[in-house]
Amino acid sequence: MDGITPAAGRRILPAGPGKVVGRGVARIEDGPLLRGEGRFAADVNFSRQLHMRVVRAELAHARLLRVDASAARAMPGVVAVWTAEDVAEIPPIPFRATKVRGLEPYCQPVLARDRLRYVGEPVAVVFAEDAYRAEDAAEMVVVEAEELPVLLDATAPPAEFASGLDTEPTVVRKEYGEVGAAFRAAHAVIELELSVGRHSGVPLETRGAIARYDASSDVLELHGTAKKQHWNRDEIARLLGRPPNGVHLFEGHVGGGFGVRGELYPEDLLVCAAALRLRRSIKWIEDRREHFVATNHSREQHHRIRAAVDAEGRLLAIDDVFFHDQGAYVRTHGARVADLAAGMLPGPYRLPAYRVAGHFRLTNKTPAATYRAPGRFETTFVRERLMDAVANRLGLDPVEVRRRNLVAAAEMPFARPLDTLGTDIILDSGDYEGLLDKALARFGWDAMQEELAARRATGECVGAGLAFFVEKSGLGPSDGVRVSIDATGAVELVSGAASVGQGVETVLAQICAEALGVDYARIRVVRGRTDRIEFGNGAHASRVTVMSGSATWEAALAVREMALETAGTLLQLSPSELTIAEGVVCRADGPAGPSVTLAEVARRMGPNAPEMRGRTPGLTAERWFWSDHMVYPYGVHLAQLRIDRGTGAVTVERYLVANDIGRAINPVLVEGQIRGGFAQGLGGALFEEFRYDPQGQPLSTTFADYLIPTIAEMPVVDVLIAEDAPSPLNPLGVKGAGEGGTNAVGAAVAAAVDDALRRPGAVTSLPILPAQVRRMLDGAA
Amino acid sequence: MSDAMHDFTLTVNGQAYAIRVEARRTLADALREDCGLTGTHLGCEHGVCGACTVLMDGQPVRACLLFAVQAEGRAIRTVEGLAEGGALNPLQRAFAENHALQCGYCTPGFLMLGTAILETDPSISDEALVEALSSNLCRCTGYANIARAIRAAADAMSTEGAT
Ligand code: FES
Ligand code: FES
Repeated sequence: MDGITPAAGRRILPAGPGKVVGRGVARIEDGPLLRGEGRFAADVNFSRQLHMRVVRAELAHARLLRVDASAARAMPGVVAVWTAEDVAEIPPIPFRATKVRGLEPYCQPVLARDRLRYVGEPVAVVFAEDAYRAEDAAEMVVVEAEELPVLLDATAPPAEFASGLDTEPTVVRKEYGEVGAAFRAAHAVIELELSVGRHSGVPLETRGAIARYDASSDVLELHGTAKKQHWNRDEIARLLGRPPNGVHLFEGHVGGGFGVRGELYPEDLLVCAAALRLRRSIKWIEDRREHFVATNHSREQHHRIRAAVDAEGRLLAIDDVFFHDQGAYVRTHGARVADLAAGMLPGPYRLPAYRVAGHFRLTNKTPAATYRAPGRFETTFVRERLMDAVANRLGLDPVEVRRRNLVAAAEMPFARPLDTLGTDIILDSGDYEGLLDKALARFGWDAMQEELAARRATGECVGAGLAFFVEKSGLGPSDGVRVSIDATGAVELVSGAASVGQGVETVLAQICAEALGVDYARIRVVRGRTDRIEFGNGAHASRVTVMSGSATWEAALAVREMALETAGTLLQLSPSELTIAEGVVCRADGPAGPSVTLAEVARRMGPNAPEMRGRTPGLTAERWFWSDHMVYPYGVHLAQLRIDRGTGAVTVERYLVANDIGRAINPVLVEGQIRGGFAQGLGGALFEEFRYDPQGQPLSTTFADYLIPTIAEMPVVDVLIAEDAPSPLNPLGVKGAGEGGTNAVGAAVAAAVDDALRRPGAVTSLPILPAQVRRMLDGAA
Repeated sequence: MSDAMHDFTLTVNGQAYAIRVEARRTLADALREDCGLTGTHLGCEHGVCGACTVLMDGQPVRACLLFAVQAEGRAIRTVEGLAEGGALNPLQRAFAENHALQCGYCTPGFLMLGTAILETDPSISDEALVEALSSNLCRCTGYANIARAIRAAADAMSTEGAT
């Protein structure tokens, strides 16, 4: 079995709701979280631990002259203060596999060496007996530096990064088709200049890292981790010169991930190095102000896009040049977000020719990486603004223009001559126009237009807009799951995946229960621990349900087969005559007759059972799932909103997210993902932005400046989960549901604001702030 | 800054905790570090996010903005005090049944805020509920299910009260 071609006889999850799959059952995670018994990073404590506090750069760009830690070192309770010299042997933070060459010199050192490149960059660390004392001492560390000119605009010409290197580490280029010819033959050429602000995931729990070194077994442990434990384990081991089997990472509860949690940051290495060197456990908990300047930013891009269209509004070619503001260093993702933007920009449309150049540039801001729907929130905004502009230029209805360009269901699977994340883009399945029709009908799009016209007649400023998107999920290459049943019948599932609070345990337990015939609520799901499973690829890119879900299905089916076989021998029946219900193996044709519990079966398969002589004991199986191709969920967002003419404030009144995710294992959780994703998208569309003053001082360092939506900003959100196009690439038919709620919000809200203003193309940047809207209102009058 | 230590008793969920802290220690840190009640979370330490919401003499307060010494002689209630004899209380159950939590980090704060609402104004209007809940942040759920859970708990309690 290669995980790609369905093996002969491979069991596919049957369509329609099963016993537990496809049902909105309650989460198995909730109990401890509701009782206050969760174990988030700050809740982890070890005896005699030291507290680490980071001294951070206060200048955006400067030559570092001297760090004087003598006063801090002399303070009571301070055990050590480190500067760059103390960690000279630790290499800079690496990035994950990428085809892009030459990024190494731009990686971040764990403590700043000779230059300070952004406000918030770690310069020194203090280790003290308690957190308050560590903070006091950090304030006594004196950083002497000489200011250098700052670079804050990625569209400005590159400057010098270091001698012989400029601030443009790479340009991501992709191209296919006859772009030049298409523009020459075009009926019309539409040109736009569009930008998306600097945002980030901003989980409610800040980062934390707690390291402990157990000298008795020579094992270094890191707690408070998330998302990518196995990769991080291997890198920490490599960077600190230890064998990977002497380093273990543990995940407790994670208070939201959204792309930013669980990457390898300087602080992770610093606590590990200190635990080894100081022989004490080290605890570091980020505060909120630090979070805003130290944890990955994302999204800021500026696009100059041109499209060639024919007289019917069909796309002939797109030529896009964009500038990606990476901030001060290249972090663990390398140029991945720019690559995703370039690869995913065409979205759901037929596009005969395409050329893109993504200028990946460094500035003196907090370094950037992924945030929910990375590269897609940005390019959906750009592409859908473009489609609206095409409609306007040719006098067509915005819905009609999209219809004419959508890839048809009959064309699936649809291969684009493009790649991203190192995989070819093959849209695996979909009925785009079918979903568009469903969404328009559900929203009452046509009737709403009349209603809006009537309201406008009374002087209200109201409008509606829509945006189509294609997501990607289920990034391979592999993931494994081990399912075991012990001698009491208890089921344990160990996964190489992680959880950032999205309900992974419940979803995997549902799939396992469906295959095995046991109670999902009693399955113990272990994740995010390198000591329990050798490999894993983590929780990101909406990959867990696809990859670990498929591996769970295969492993649980394998255990089922083993159980039926052993039970068959015990009951003197053929396995094909048996089934498993509520943890008991019994006759498939009726509950009467002989039966045996899974506990008994497991005991019969124990190491001391005579039948197991010469065989590997245990009612347990590990299965792996491989994938070379991603799956592509898709959907459409529809927004209706009003604008207050006095304040310029935009109030979204009604919103629909229609999202085809192939198969919803738990529709209630999927809906929760989509609603939560929408809220984040709304933040990016209307409120959130990291701003800087001309010296590069960050202006958004509290929740009072970086405004994430509260309940008061939330409209009524309707969610339409479609399962019309199950993926052929996995046995469950699933595609990820983590990012579709976020993807198109900026685009749909922008279209609706244009419509309310009666000014097509008015919105050219996100977020759409009240002051800009007021200016547009003035312009419209 | 004075390092002088203060010895006093903090009453949390009806239980007395004898603690010894500096004057500058926040109530949130005292609950978490000195009483071992880590259910109260910190999201901003700045009074904005509401993750640290606890009840002091029945009123919701931000534990990150209060000093522990200010809570001397007051009755503090935290998320750990909600479950009744090990069983989830109606509000906690309503959170689970309405999928009102994802990562669960904001949940203790919303549970305590919801407790105060249910105790002071169980028939609160929808607008007033939105207004009250807008003081706390959640980054995962989009809020609709949190409001629904509190409403469901209020309804459940009023039917129970009626019978
Ligand atoms: S931690 Fe107290 S309000 Fe945010
Ligand atoms: S559930 Fe994660 S912050 Fe509310």
